Amino acid sequence: MSIGIAPPATVGAESYASAPRSLWSDAWRRLRRNRLAVLSGAFLVLISLFAITAPWLPFLQDPTLQDLGRGATPPSPAHWFGTDELGRDTFTRVAYGGRISMLVGLVGTLVSLVIGVTWGAVAGYVGGKLDEFMMRVVDVLYSLPYIFLVILLLVFFSKSLLMLFVALGLVQWLTMARIVRGQVLSLRTQTFVEAARAIGAGTPAILFRHIVPNTLGPVIVFTTLTVPAVILQEAFLSFLGLGVQPPDASWGTLLSDGAKVLALFPWLVIFPGFAMSLTLLAFNFLGDGLRDALDPQGRRDGA
Amino acid sequence: MITFLTRRLLLMIPTLWVIATLTFFMMRLAPGGPFMSEKDIPAATKVQLMKQYGLDKPLAEQYGRFLLNAARFDFGPSYKYPQQQVREIIAEGFKVSAELGGWALLFALALGVPIGVIAAVNQNRAPDHVVMALALAGVSIPNFVLGPILVLVFSLTLYWLPPALWRGPETRILPVLALAVSYVAYIARLTRAGMLEVLRQDYIRTARAKGLSERVVVLKHALKLGMLPVVSYLGPAAARIIMGSIVIEQIFAIPGLGRYLVIGATNKDYTLVLGVVLFYASFLMMLNLFVDIAYTKLDPRVELK
Repeated sequence: MSIGIAPPATVGAESYASAPRSLWSDAWRRLRRNRLAVLSGAFLVLISLFAITAPWLPFLQDPTLQDLGRGATPPSPAHWFGTDELGRDTFTRVAYGGRISMLVGLVGTLVSLVIGVTWGAVAGYVGGKLDEFMMRVVDVLYSLPYIFLVILLLVFFSKSLLMLFVALGLVQWLTMARIVRGQVLSLRTQTFVEAARAIGAGTPAILFRHIVPNTLGPVIVFTTLTVPAVILQEAFLSFLGLGVQPPDASWGTLLSDGAKVLALFPWLVIFPGFAMSLTLLAFNFLGDGLRDALDPQGRRDGA
Repeated sequence: MITFLTRRLLLMIPTLWVIATLTFFMMRLAPGGPFMSEKDIPAATKVQLMKQYGLDKPLAEQYGRFLLNAARFDFGPSYKYPQQQVREIIAEGFKVSAELGGWALLFALALGVPIGVIAAVNQNRAPDHVVMALALAGVSIPNFVLGPILVLVFSLTLYWLPPALWRGPETRILPVLALAVSYVAYIARLTRAGMLEVLRQDYIRTARAKGLSERVVVLKHALKLGMLPVVSYLGPAAARIIMGSIVIEQIFAIPGLGRYLVIGATNKDYTLVLGVVLFYASFLMMLNLFVDIAYTKLDPRVELK
C-alpha cells in the first residue's frame, strides 16, 4: 500500500542517505522499540494459537468430559488448573473458554468496524445535511445507557451467540464512526482526492479505495482497543447469565460459575480470571504501543 | 447560560422518548409475556391479570398510556411483585446503588488524581513508569474478577471483612473497593495526560519565572486546568459505575437497583425493567448536564451555547 508522503524526487535524491521510509515501516520501527508492546503482541499470538488449536492439542481433554466420581480437585500434575464440581478439567475449560471469548471479541469488533467506518466515512465525505443528521444520530445513541439496551435485547429475543455478536457490535461502533469522520473531513480536501475525482472515479470508489485506506492508522489503534472492550462486555453479560449459554463456555461464564463456589473451590475463579486479565492487559499494552507508533498525536486526546 | 440550560433540557425529551419507545416495543415484540411461565393458571385468572395490567387494550392505547404515565415517573406495579409499585422499588434500590457508586467515585477521585499528578510531575522517570504500568493493570482487571478475589483474600482467608450483604460500614469496604479500582486507574491516566498538557504551557512558565515554588505552580496553577479531562470523564464514569455496580451488587448480594434490574430482566418483569432503564437514562443525562456546567466553571475559555 502506498500510503505516506514520498519525498519529492526533485530535491536531489542523493541527499537521502537511506531509502525513503513509509509511514508503516516507520511505525513498525517505533513499535519494535516498545518492549512491553512487543511482548504483549507475542503473548496474544501465542494465546490465540493456543485457543485456535485447542481441539487438536494432545494434552487437552474433552471440555465436556465429566467425572462425577472425581468432583472438584485442586490443581495437580494431572490437572494443572484443577477440576470443577463435575470433574471437568479446568485447564481445558479455560482454553475452550478463550476460544469463545476471543471469537466474540473479534466478531463484535468486526461488526463495529464495518458499521463505524462506513457510517463515519459517508458522513464525513458527503457532509452537509446528511452529515449533520448522521452525527446527531450518533450523539443521541451516545447518550443512551446502551448496556441496558443490550441486556434487553438479549433477554427479550434470544441469548444466541449471533445475537451477542450483533448486540456488542451495535454498541461499539459510535466512537469508531466519530474517529473516521474526523479523519475523512481532513482528507477529503486533499489533492489526491481531487486527482481521483479528476480521472472520473465515482463517490464509492473515492471513498473506499482512496480515503478509507488513509484512515487506517487511527482505525487500527482503536480496533486493538475495541477487542478487549468487547471481550470485557461479553464477560460482563455472561457473568450476569445473559451472555454465552451452556454447553458453550466463555471466560465470563467460567468466572460466573466459579464465583458461586468461591469459598470451596477458589481455583475455579483464579485461573479463568488470570487468563482473562492477562489477555486484556496484553491488548491494552499493544493498543497503547500501536497508538504511540501509528498515531503519535492521538496520545494527547486520551489518557 | 439560561438558554443553554433550556436547550439541553429540551433536547433530553426526544432522547428519553426514543429510549422509552425502543424499550416499550422491544418488550412487546419479544416472544413470551410475563405470565407465560405460570402455565397452570386458569384462563379466567389470566384474562383478569391481563386486564389488571392493561395488557388487553390495543397496543396503541397501551403505548400512549405508558408514555403519559412515564412522564410522571409512574410505571405502575411490578409484574413480579404486584403489591409493590415500581417507583418504590426504584427509590429503595437507588438509595443503595447511589451510596455504593458515590463512595466508589469519591474513592477513585481521591486516589486517582494525586497519583496522576505525581506521575505527571515525574514524567518519564521511574515513579511515572511504575504508576502508569500499575494503572494499565488496574484498567485491565475486570471488577467481576477483582470482586471474588478480594472476597477470597479479605473474607475467606484473612477473615477481616464480611464477604457479602449491605449492613454496617464494614460491609461497604469490599464492594466499594472492587468497584473503584479500575476508575482509580483510569482517572490517574487522565489526570496525568491533562497535567502534562498544561505543564508545558506558557502561563506555567510565567508562574515559574515569577519564582513561585513548584508546589504552588503544580497545585494552584496547573491542577485546575489539568483536571479538565477528568471532569469530562465524570459523565461516562458515572455510566460505567452504574454498569459495574450491577455486577458488584450481584457478587456481594447488595439490594441495589442493578440487582433489581437483573432480577426483572430474567423474570420478564416489563414494568420494572422499563422503569429502571428510563430512570437511569434520565439520571445520566442530568449528570452530564451538571458535568458540562462544572466544565465551564473550571475553564473560562469554554462557552455554553
